[in-house]
Amino acid sequence: MRVTKPRIVPPGAPRNELGMTRRDYEGGMSTLCAGCGHDSVTAAIVQACFELSLPPQSVAKLSGIGCSSKTTAYFVAGAHGFNGVHGRMPAIAAGASAANRKLRYIGVSGDGDSLSIGLGQLGHAIRRNMNMLYMLENNGVYGLTKGQFSASADMGSRSKKGEKNQNEPIDPVLLALSLGATFVARSFSGDKEQLVPLIKAGLTHRGFGLIDVLSPCVTFNDHEGSTKSYAYVREHQQAAIAADYVEPRREITVSYAEGEAVSVEMHDGSNVLLRKLDRDYDPTDRAKALAYVQERVQRNEYVTGMIYLGEGRSHFHDRHNTPDEPLNSIPYEKLCPGSAGLAGILSGFR
Amino acid sequence: MPERDLTQERLNDFVVKFANVNGTGSASANSLIMKSIFRMGVPVVGKNFFPSNIQGLPTWYEIRVTREGWRARSGRVDLMVAMNAETYARDIAEVAPGGWLLYDSTWPRPSLLSREDVTVLGVPLAQLCGDHFEGARARILMKNVMYAGVLAALLDLDLEIVRELLGESFARKPALADSNMNAIRIGYDYAREHFDCPLPIRIAPMDETRGHVMMDGNTAAALGCVYAGATVGAWYPITPSTSLMDAFRAFCARHRVDPETGRNNYMVIQAEDELAAIGAVIGASWNGARAFTPTSGPGVSLMNEFIGLAYYAEIPAVLFDVQRVGPSTGMPTRTQQCDLLTCAYASHGDTRHVLLFPADPGECFDFAVQAFDLAERLQTPVFVLLDLDIGMNDWMTKDPQWDDDYRPDRGKVITAEMLEGMQRFHRYLDVDGDGIPWRTIPGVGEKGAYFTRGSGHNQLGAYTEDPAEYQLVVDRLRRKFDAAARLVPTAVTEGSGRAEVGIVSFGSCDGAVREALAALRRTGVAVDYLRIRAFPFGEEVEEFLRDHEAIFVVEQNRDAQLRALLTLETAVEKRKLRSILHYNGLPMSADCVVDAVVAALAQGEAA
Ligand SMILES: Cc1ncc(C[n+]2csc(CCOP(=O)(O)OP(=O)(O)O)c2C)c(N)n1
Ligand code: SF4
Ligand SMILES: [Mg+2]
Repeated sequence: MRVTKPRIVPPGAPRNELGMTRRDYEGGMSTLCAGCGHDSVTAAIVQACFELSLPPQSVAKLSGIGCSSKTTAYFVAGAHGFNGVHGRMPAIAAGASAANRKLRYIGVSGDGDSLSIGLGQLGHAIRRNMNMLYMLENNGVYGLTKGQFSASADMGSRSKKGEKNQNEPIDPVLLALSLGATFVARSFSGDKEQLVPLIKAGLTHRGFGLIDVLSPCVTFNDHEGSTKSYAYVREHQQAAIAADYVEPRREITVSYAEGEAVSVEMHDGSNVLLRKLDRDYDPTDRAKALAYVQERVQRNEYVTGMIYLGEGRSHFHDRHNTPDEPLNSIPYEKLCPGSAGLAGILSGFR
Repeated sequence: MPERDLTQERLNDFVVKFANVNGTGSASANSLIMKSIFRMGVPVVGKNFFPSNIQGLPTWYEIRVTREGWRARSGRVDLMVAMNAETYARDIAEVAPGGWLLYDSTWPRPSLLSREDVTVLGVPLAQLCGDHFEGARARILMKNVMYAGVLAALLDLDLEIVRELLGESFARKPALADSNMNAIRIGYDYAREHFDCPLPIRIAPMDETRGHVMMDGNTAAALGCVYAGATVGAWYPITPSTSLMDAFRAFCARHRVDPETGRNNYMVIQAEDELAAIGAVIGASWNGARAFTPTSGPGVSLMNEFIGLAYYAEIPAVLFDVQRVGPSTGMPTRTQQCDLLTCAYASHGDTRHVLLFPADPGECFDFAVQAFDLAERLQTPVFVLLDLDIGMNDWMTKDPQWDDDYRPDRGKVITAEMLEGMQRFHRYLDVDGDGIPWRTIPGVGEKGAYFTRGSGHNQLGAYTEDPAEYQLVVDRLRRKFDAAARLVPTAVTEGSGRAEVGIVSFGSCDGAVREALAALRRTGVAVDYLRIRAFPFGEEVEEFLRDHEAIFVVEQNRDAQLRALLTLETAVEKRKLRSILHYNGLPMSADCVVDAVVAALAQGEAA
């Protein structure tokens, strides 16, 4: 059942550049379990879209199947949404983006959707540097099919029934870094402060942006012995880099000591200011980022924040040399060589 | 020209078969001969029998010269050009009594290549090449060209036309054109000197190829995609569909690059597999582009889940299934019509799909364009079912025609202006009572936004698990499909309509069936013919089945899939339908139809 939320806007609610309130970026009422991490991610997406003043119709929401994938129905009601088939959202995104490069694509997926059935598609979306923000709501289990281990479950992590996970986990961050992703972040659904600027930066990035969000499943994976529970993630989260999103034409006002912060200019003139919480860290060096995260993983730590940002790489549309005008709006007359063209073509077949 | 006895001489009516080793460059020599005959105004049929391999295995090419303009293979071989010593034994066995065999007598094989009723013509090709050309690769290539020269003498080809064709192929390398022509000459002169040229099987100019092209169906379908205004193609390479996307890219490189900006007004996505390919097509179509994927049986199997999504969520998609021999990997380079049922009902749950059955490359072009119109009009996947024979063989086909007034039928799409005047938009509401709802393209505006899902939805577009709401939508989908029967290409009928015997067929069987009809009529058997061009079946199919007591269903698969579909989807009584099945992987010939009909009539089974 879909429940439409009443759109009552409290007087004096803050408005963005389009004169819209935060509520205008909400979607249908969530049907997820109370306390599910995914709902917090939804709220962060709403906040980010609101703060970026995105016209709702300029967004397209895509997802696969799973509790996480349901959430595209819960934000930005004024955007078209597409709940596809399990694990295949990137393919839909590729076609959609091919047809209209002007929309902003937000993909939402789960760890089952992305790392098991959809691992191939995720890998190829990264490889193509597709123009989209990909939110991986990672809870270590298949929520919707009731609690089986997913491919991101850590070795030795225990299920609710007490079984021990026997397989190595696939870490989406390490995967993305090694496949050449140009924007890689990790965050926690319970850390809105960190998550919202990351989403804003991801929506501004040109190319493929992955945010792996640890998003606990309160119903099947929030117990003692799980490495994806609220308590465990809180304790083992280590923020390496904080990202501040600075809008175009706004100045970076705070000043940082040498080596403490890097500012990366995005294609639209905005900036992502990366504050290093760990001085050794360089979020613009892929090899170092990979080594750093790998080392922390050995220590059972989740490195969070803007892990790697390589702005300015060629992306999906550059590589296909498509026009600035979306393919879906090129006038037919420009697409068809007509009867005159046909005569020439046919002469080559006689 | 003096009067001659045409039937005896078999003027313009014979078959030359080439036995080659693949990867040795023989294809261009064979096509040079075929094109020369075509340019002399004489109808030809070319069939390529190639292995699923890149280099070193036997491969055959067959050219049927047919003054009557038949379009199937004939099954007999009059002249065998035996260029593969490995297959000499079977090649000589295949020659019809009274026929000829040409081989490279640099290495004489008098005992192996001997048959009383076959004339063996030996030309020391390798030796001649060694004497005249330098370099191992050049010698191999020139050997092919040289046998083309021998054939030019044997068959009386017009050397000026051969020269012209070489000039066109090597337009940028005139030196190569000259050395090729030199090789032709050497072969030609040798043959004139040593044999009684031309043979009784020979070419005499006609004027029967004007207004025709020699084109394969994949190329024609690709051209249709360009003309239909398709901008997104997604695929994963698979024989025999690969050349469709190759052709699309080649056409786009010439006709779709913006002259001012140099940007591509198209995108071809080479997907990681067929699941991704169809997913991209669905994403692009959902987003308002015309999108397609070419594939073959194994690809369709992989695409099944997504096809069901497109059906249920009502998203246009165009699929070209260039069928090859199944099941499983089967014989990838051989032809069959074996995906009919899998495509008709592709995906789990109650699904059914619109299928188009082109019979030749000309129809591949037309149906490619229609497929996009139908997919968008009906908001559903549409399959164009080619097969390897149509897709990869060069067919003499009428020039595709283009009407410059054509504009794509985008179907029921609500624009931003229309939205302004609307209270509310509901995606799956049957406002017009024709089973087809209206859709919006993402980006059109907040009021037009809706949520696309493959899970249960009601007519307003909202998620549902309500029995009545669910049923309302799927019942409408069924009505929409039934209505499609009036939009798809109608079947073609031939005959008086009152013959007792009817033949029903589709796709690439058409050439063989038409030739068989003529043969049967010559023996006094009157037959009516129905060529089905689409599924769902129209009223005319129902009528034909009703009006004929004995009906032969001719098709290229083991399990009589067309017959099965007819019994499922029409009111026909099963007992009226007899199958004529051809499924060994080679294109069918008329004999197979004639023999089966004659045998059945003799037994009194059919009439
Ligand atoms: C082809 C297919 N196989 C299996 C399923 C069943 N299924 C639905 S969701 C899901 C797992 C979802 O896990 P995840 O992506 O982690 O999402 P979560 O529910 O944990 O957010 C599975 C196996 C399906 N929908 N489709
Ligand atoms: S089962 Fe888990 S993932 Fe699914 S809604 Fe409930 S808490 Fe969230
Ligand atoms: Mg999960």
